[in-house]
Amino acid sequence: MKASVVYHVLREEKVLDQVNREVVLIIPMFPNIELAAAQTAYSLAEMMDFDENDIDEIQLAIIETCINAFEHSKSEDKRVSIKFIMRDNELELKITDSGVGFRLDQAAPASSGDIGLKKRGWGLEIIRNMMDEVNIESSDKGTTITMIKRKVSPIRSEVFVNT
Amino acid sequence: MRFNLVTRTEETYAVIQTEGYLNGPSGEKLADTAKDLIAEGYTKLVIDLEQTRLINSIGISILIEIIELIHQQEGVVHFCNLTPVIQRTFKIMGLVQHAGIFPNEGAAIANL
Repeated sequence: MKASVVYHVLREEKVLDQVNREVVLIIPMFPNIELAAAQTAYSLAEMMDFDENDIDEIQLAIIETCINAFEHSKSEDKRVSIKFIMRDNELELKITDSGVGFRLDQAAPASSGDIGLKKRGWGLEIIRNMMDEVNIESSDKGTTITMIKRKVSPIRSEVFVNT
Repeated sequence: MRFNLVTRTEETYAVIQTEGYLNGPSGEKLADTAKDLIAEGYTKLVIDLEQTRLINSIGISILIEIIELIHQQEGVVHFCNLTPVIQRTFKIMGLVQHAGIFPNEGAAIANL
């Protein structure tokens, strides 16, 4: 039986209470491990019947959040905790590090190249574009980014290919 | 995660096909390949992302560097076969103003 079918049956039968709809993943900060978080997000979102495009958006948001933490948090324990909370029509992700925190107004250092494009500092902008809700709490004790993806997202996808 | 590049050269242009997660290290591999092609005289490039579903902003920043290199040679670079999310990320980061985005390799080559 498909995982998504099992999930919906258990949910309908109230076997999955709120606690049992949470998945916690703790990852060390080393290269490419963000893919483990992205893969977990993929599995859960697919089980919840998110469409392919929404799953891609969730994966990109979680990758950007993780690499931001890896690059900037200066966390001594070098770990990132990711809590996935599955609700009826939305997936919430809480990504926490215990680093030095940051100020939002200093979060996007500009670095433009020859053609005037800023190369780095895009993480938060991308995350906000991919998710329906993003909340950032940061202090000198760490950062938690809470993101929500709803199953019926506002229509934001645009197709802009040259032909 | 495995990352592969397949390069094909024609008389006036080259096509680079990527496979796998495009991040900093794999982006550098792609940039090195693009630099080699430029050194061989290829200033018209198509980068086909059909087999790349996941990308991050570091990988895209390296694509911007490739665009800059090509522009310095008065060349052109087109991307094709992007997922809708990658395409939207290219728009957010401004690549679409400096490189062509096409639905498939044939369209990208036809517009070089």
